[in-house]
Amino acid sequence: MTSLPAESAVKLGLVIDLDTCVGCHACVISCKEWNTGTGGAPLSDVDAYGEAEGTFLNRVHSFEVVRDDAPPMVVHLPKSCLHCDDAPCVTVCPTGASFKRGEDGIVLVNEDTCIGCGLCAWACPYGAREMDRTAGVMKKCTLCVDRVTSETLPEADRVPACVRACPAGARHFGDLNDPEDPAARLSAARGGMDLMPEQGTRPVNRYLPPRERDEGTVVNLVALADPAEDAEAGGGLRWLDRALAKLG
Amino acid sequence: MHPAPSLIVFTTLSGLGFGLIAWLGFGVHGAAPGWVVLSFCGLAFVLASAGLLASLGHLGHPERAWRALSQWRSSWLSREGVLAVATLGVFAVYSALWGFGGERVVWLGLLASALALATVAATAMIYASIRAVPRWRHWSTPALFLALALAGGALLAGRTSVGAGLLLVALVVQVLHWRRGDVAYAEAASDMGTATGLGARGRVRLLEGPHTGASYLTDEMVHRVGRRRSKALRRIAIVLGFVLPAVVFLTLEAWPAKHTVAGLAVLAHVAGVAASRWLFYAEAEHVVGLYYGRAAG
Amino acid sequence: MPEDQAPGAGETAAREARPRVAKTTCYMCACRCGIDVHLVDGPEGRPAVRYIEGNRDHPVNRGVICAKGSAGIMQHLSPARLRAPLKRTGPRGSGEFEEISWEEALETARSWLAPLRERAPERLAFFTGRDQSQSFTGWWAQMFGTPNFAAHGGFCSVNMAAAGIMTLGGAFWEFGTADWERCEYFMLFGVAEDHDSNPIKMGLGKLKARGAKVVGVNPVRTGYNAVASEWVGITPGTDGLFVLSLVRELIRSGEIDLTYLIERTDAPWLVVEDPGAADHGLFARGGDGEALVADRRDGALRRWDDPEAKPALRGRFEAGGRPCRPVFELMAERYLSDAYAPEAVAETCGVPAATIRRIAAELAHVAFERAETIPYRWTDWRGVEHDHVVSRPVAFHAMRGVSAHANGFQTCRALHILQCLLGAIEVPGGFRFKPPYPKPLEAHPKPHGDAAPGAPLAGPHLGFPRGPEDLLLDAEGRAQRIDKAFSWEAPISAHGLMHMVISNAVAGDPYPIDTLFLYMANMAWNSSMNTSGVMEMLTRKGDDGEYAIPRIIYSDAYSSEMVAFADLILPDTTYLERHDCISLLDRPISEPDAAGDAIRWPVVEPERPGHAGVRGFQSVLLDLGARLGLPGMVDDEGRAKYRDYADYMVRHERRPGIGPLAGWRGDGESQGRGAPNPEQIERYKANGGFWQAHVPEEARWMRPWNKAWWDWAVEIGLVDAPQPYVFHLWAEPLAKFRLAAEGHGDRVPPEALRERLREAMDPLPDGRPPGAEDARYPLHAVTQRPAAMYHAWGSQNAWLRQIHGENPIYVPGALWREHGLEEGDWIAVESAHGRIEAPAVLMEAVNARTLWTWNAIGKRPGAWALREDAPEARRGVLLNHLIHELLPPKGDGMRWSNSDPVTGQAAWYDLRVRIERVAPRARSAPEVGRQASPVGVGPEVVAYDGKGTT
Ligand SMILES: Nc1nc2c(c(=O)[nH]1)N[C@H]1C(S)=C(S)[C@@H](COP(=O)(O)OP(=O)(O)OC[C@H]3O[C@@H](n4cnc5c(=O)[nH]c(N)nc54)[C@H](O)[C@@H]3O)O[C@H]1N2
Ligand SMILES: Nc1nc2c(c(=O)[nH]1)N[C@H]1C(S)=C(S)[C@@H](COP(=O)(O)OP(=O)(O)OC[C@H]3O[C@@H](n4cnc5c(=O)[nH]c(N)nc54)[C@H](O)[C@@H]3O)O[C@H]1N2
Ligand code: SF4
Ligand code: SF4
Ligand code: SF4
Ligand code: SF4
Ligand code: SF4
Ligand SMILES: [Mo]
Repeated sequence: MTSLPAESAVKLGLVIDLDTCVGCHACVISCKEWNTGTGGAPLSDVDAYGEAEGTFLNRVHSFEVVRDDAPPMVVHLPKSCLHCDDAPCVTVCPTGASFKRGEDGIVLVNEDTCIGCGLCAWACPYGAREMDRTAGVMKKCTLCVDRVTSETLPEADRVPACVRACPAGARHFGDLNDPEDPAARLSAARGGMDLMPEQGTRPVNRYLPPRERDEGTVVNLVALADPAEDAEAGGGLRWLDRALAKLG
Repeated sequence: MHPAPSLIVFTTLSGLGFGLIAWLGFGVHGAAPGWVVLSFCGLAFVLASAGLLASLGHLGHPERAWRALSQWRSSWLSREGVLAVATLGVFAVYSALWGFGGERVVWLGLLASALALATVAATAMIYASIRAVPRWRHWSTPALFLALALAGGALLAGRTSVGAGLLLVALVVQVLHWRRGDVAYAEAASDMGTATGLGARGRVRLLEGPHTGASYLTDEMVHRVGRRRSKALRRIAIVLGFVLPAVVFLTLEAWPAKHTVAGLAVLAHVAGVAASRWLFYAEAEHVVGLYYGRAAG
Repeated sequence: MPEDQAPGAGETAAREARPRVAKTTCYMCACRCGIDVHLVDGPEGRPAVRYIEGNRDHPVNRGVICAKGSAGIMQHLSPARLRAPLKRTGPRGSGEFEEISWEEALETARSWLAPLRERAPERLAFFTGRDQSQSFTGWWAQMFGTPNFAAHGGFCSVNMAAAGIMTLGGAFWEFGTADWERCEYFMLFGVAEDHDSNPIKMGLGKLKARGAKVVGVNPVRTGYNAVASEWVGITPGTDGLFVLSLVRELIRSGEIDLTYLIERTDAPWLVVEDPGAADHGLFARGGDGEALVADRRDGALRRWDDPEAKPALRGRFEAGGRPCRPVFELMAERYLSDAYAPEAVAETCGVPAATIRRIAAELAHVAFERAETIPYRWTDWRGVEHDHVVSRPVAFHAMRGVSAHANGFQTCRALHILQCLLGAIEVPGGFRFKPPYPKPLEAHPKPHGDAAPGAPLAGPHLGFPRGPEDLLLDAEGRAQRIDKAFSWEAPISAHGLMHMVISNAVAGDPYPIDTLFLYMANMAWNSSMNTSGVMEMLTRKGDDGEYAIPRIIYSDAYSSEMVAFADLILPDTTYLERHDCISLLDRPISEPDAAGDAIRWPVVEPERPGHAGVRGFQSVLLDLGARLGLPGMVDDEGRAKYRDYADYMVRHERRPGIGPLAGWRGDGESQGRGAPNPEQIERYKANGGFWQAHVPEEARWMRPWNKAWWDWAVEIGLVDAPQPYVFHLWAEPLAKFRLAAEGHGDRVPPEALRERLREAMDPLPDGRPPGAEDARYPLHAVTQRPAAMYHAWGSQNAWLRQIHGENPIYVPGALWREHGLEEGDWIAVESAHGRIEAPAVLMEAVNARTLWTWNAIGKRPGAWALREDAPEARRGVLLNHLIHELLPPKGDGMRWSNSDPVTGQAAWYDLRVRIERVAPRARSAPEVGRQASPVGVGPEVVAYDGKGTT
């Protein structure tokens, strides 16, 4: 079972827009909130009112990009399971608890058969798996499988909790194997990229790179373009009477 | 990576145990069947299974450990489990027939030896197959595990001169593993640029982590050892684990009370290997560290 | 049911059967989003909160939710929740209390307050912090008769509100918004989060989706400013100069909207220009008191609203024998001066001259080249019909980065002037008001004081003085209010000065008080400047052994730092357990195209098993009011008039037919106006917890001048009569105060204050940076709101505190290297007033002279049910220790207050500091002692299963 399934026709995943993500952590908490109560072991927090070390399925990191020719940028990077096509976390699992679904490519953990050895977390280059300290089983992003495949939730709510929550609209969900899917189209249009492609995991999730920053748009407004034509106070109003005359 | 005591004890003892089994598969010089053989075999058995038991301590659900035997097709961890069980089974029969029955079934012995070495190799492959930990992902990892198992096993099996020789071979592999390991993280294709996809934009550095405290990931995979500490431990490992026992066993005849001395030398070796194992984990940098500001170097 | 659990806490409704999804209003912050609270059967079959998500139909958040909102469960289940009324047993600050019954608590409060009301009502100071029921708490204080009431606006962002209302008749803050759908160029000044937390994020998302340009003007590049297309890393306090330099470039090059200026602003109004004269700087007015303009055809004087007028924008004229000139010319003359040339301000602002020029060019380009003439029928208030409206797709937003400086009022005015020049207000693509705005200064009340024993106040406490005559001074010219609001020290302090109350009261200046009554404000900690000092003042005793502030009553819901410093605690419920109204009389949930208000209601009961329990504060206040026999709160027999706050929300009428809630009034069909409707709250619940009335199409744009708007505003009760007006580039009220400062009129400021007032009360902003440079403290230090934390109260949240459990000081790269700092180092940050020591972290994307840290993360050991060695207490830190409510002595014998001289706004971000490397410590400095926890410490493990059990 932990051998990977034949490549699925449907590849459900997230498209995360690094140009828009304001790093607000809404996706982090909504994820925890939804997934702590969905049947499996709760996502526990140990020493909750002291050092506090809890299980989360989604985390937001903030990076600085220092550039020689332009001001430094800050980019927020939300990170959850990327539901890789070549998922090392699946093949290393000794019990078969870690598996990738053939029908839609979602990578999941069966909490009832997981022995909590932690090897899958070692195998994941992205840090997308966290062992729950109290339950002793591995936890990871489920792509909110219980939402996206739900029969009972209203149509509009059959998206991951993090996507529904994101105030900036920086998270998109869809079948990234379907060129007609809006999320897939967005990714194509904005040059969606893989994280750590060299790790050979072939992630399904895509990240939209930040647009260019800090380039002034070139506009030619003669008066403004050329400071030289600066005039003595009042004289700066030479244009006014002409303009008023136009108004009649 | 976090140097979990359970894993250090496990890999050290089971390595030694399976190494000893490998040698016992070839019999023991001039050991007549009976208590001598039984105690040799018993020792191998105890070490190997003690190691396996220790490894259970690492699990969130030890009671489900049996499930780990199911995925041998894809998982080195599963293979290790299957091989370990098989080895102990075959070896049990082999030692019983030999120890009590007095007849050493050669082909059973050779099978046990082969399985034992395969088990050690499988253990090593668990690590060597993890691309996310560049220091481990190298042929020198299985080479080191096997060399140490064979050397340690030889010492216990009383094949002192061979053991001493193997120790020196192991030492070479160990040094090579360290040398190459020290540059592995830096030379690996992954850096903060690829981890964020922002490498082309400029120099990427972590500004704020996703949480201010610790997490499973930082505890387990973003461990850091001070340079000084690691230097010191490497020296200890070299002296106790390799040089001292090698010297002792090469000159064993010259020693008074040589059994005691040999015993102490073996203990030194075990301590040295434990130190080496601690470093094996503690010095291993996981690429996830890139998301927590752990750049190479 | 114990007597203490009796109805009266407004929780009766909680006993009704309710839907599995309860729709109410979030209060994890002041943004007022709609939430769907999903309920399941918890322990003993009681409803428990499964999870909370955004309400898709809600106008504020349209279904999204932020980190705080999702973490509401952890707040609701917080171990720091208070459980019963508390009476102090140990010394103040110790946190030692005994639980008492509600009856004892309420009787104690009554026995303290009743004599005050009879003798001297001003001896009660009632200040409410993060209050969303100000129209109610203010009314209570008015009925009690004390002049000493305000909420937190004075230390928050009164500058934005005052400058906005006095200039535009509407403000930034959450009272207006960019036209996210059409805006193509958006400039964000000094905003990290703002009250419109989700709407701004949603708006930025919309701009991003369209690829519109976002310019972030901010010394720090995080959050919104991180995603900005362009970042202007300005030096704190210099935005005024930057903006006025843009203004200069636009005027100089004629890139301004003349028609808009003439028709929509006071640009053509004539101002008397006769320095030294008693009317210098006032508008020239005709016999009817209406302002005059000069016609550019013949120079004839005409009324400003004469449809026939073609007003001149420059020239010298005479009105009633007085020399005068149009506002526009005075403004142009001022800003064309070389002092505002990009080259002249670049250094000070930390912004290259070329960048200033380019941004001016981009603004002009987008405003005028990308403008569209959109067919749109509307009628102005003079009856003139129009068939189109011109779009100006440039919008601005600003908040505390601008307001929390001593020049914040004028900086905000400068920004509004820039918007006027571009004609980008109330037009498509620009800045839009949310009802009840637009609403001119004239429509706002004046401040009320003149307390009299046993009698209510004549009117609401807070308002806008139009001139010195409206100040609240006593016969000797001293301040009437304990916070000295509406005195010469802070003439237009429209929100009061909550940050001055404790120090003034302790100093007995202008007079001592007897009881300090606080609600929802952590004044012993993060909401005060000079935190250590304030804690000392709260515990200071006089020679008689009495506390300098004899009695402190406080209502909190959680075990905060302030709780430990109070004598009597009235424990509130959490936001999911009570009734609230987010009223049009307060800070409603309106959108530009719809007026709206909302409610909170008890979706779960306030259970505190084994304790006396908690009650909604507003209900408690009504109970107390009834016990005191306050007018409006008792009927003719002296019996309580309202059962609880829910009852008040439905039956109270502020003006006939106008109540706290505008929806479903009368028979349930009328909105805005109408008799009380007993079914009202049920109607709100049925509608998702909120009400909206949509602005008619013909009233959507140009509203200050749009007849249809005013008719609609009157119809739904936003105002009682149409009040069309123009925007004010020229602030005449300031001119009046300036005249007083020059000695004109019968009410003049004391000598010592005159110079400062004359400078500050400038009818046109001059952009001067605040404070004087002091070589010893070359650096700036500011705080930012973390998106995933709400001030002090987020730290009790098991989930949120993992994201922000400590707050290092971020140090700009150059400074970092100059001081040879390395990862893991600690630094001391020192101001003229104090010193803190905390961990330092390197940051490159920040103004080279500015340090910053997250706000309100540091905690006092023992507070918030946290372990005393929690990271917040060991590695958290407040900049507040460095900020004093008074400026350091200048040697003029005065201690000037650290606030805006116009509004009294606390100048948090004027902080100047220096740093040095120090040895790492076990606990960040200063150490502030510890407090016992009246609620114990939270559990070791939280594992929330979504069924009310952790
Ligand atoms: N250094 C620095 N200091 C600042 C600022 C800054 O930018 N920098 N910002 C200033 C500004 S703008 C503000 S508004 C203040 C905010 O500071 P505060 O007004 O103190 O705001 P909080 O600390 O969030 O909340 C105050 C209290 O309300 C309590 N509370 C929470 N929920 C409830 C409830 O439902 N009922 C009751 N009765 N109480 C409740 C909390 O427990 C807390 O004790 O901080 C000011 N202080
Ligand atoms: N998540 C969350 N949301 C909140 C709050 C919260 O505590 N948490 N608090 C609420 C409250 S009470 C308020 S008042 C609002 C305040 O909302 P904001 O106005 O966003 O308040 P601050 O976080 O103080 O952000 C001030 C910003 O101005 C910048 N700044 C400082 N000085 C200057 C300057 O001179 N010029 C410019 N251009 N920028 C400057 C700072 O770097 C910072 O980014 O937020 C409200 N919303
Ligand atoms: S919720 Fe959206 S904007 Fe906020 S951190 Fe997550 S992805 Fe970024
Ligand atoms: S992100 Fe990590 S956990 Fe998820 S599929 Fe890829 S390797 Fe596995
Ligand atoms: S922790 Fe669980 S899921 Fe992961 S590898 Fe081990 S058994 Fe498989
Ligand atoms: S998809 Fe679901 S589980 Fe995955 S990060 Fe988003 S909310 Fe969490
Ligand atoms: S912004 Fe977040 S915390 Fe504030 S009201 Fe909205 S959902 Fe609640
Ligand atoms: Mo505020």
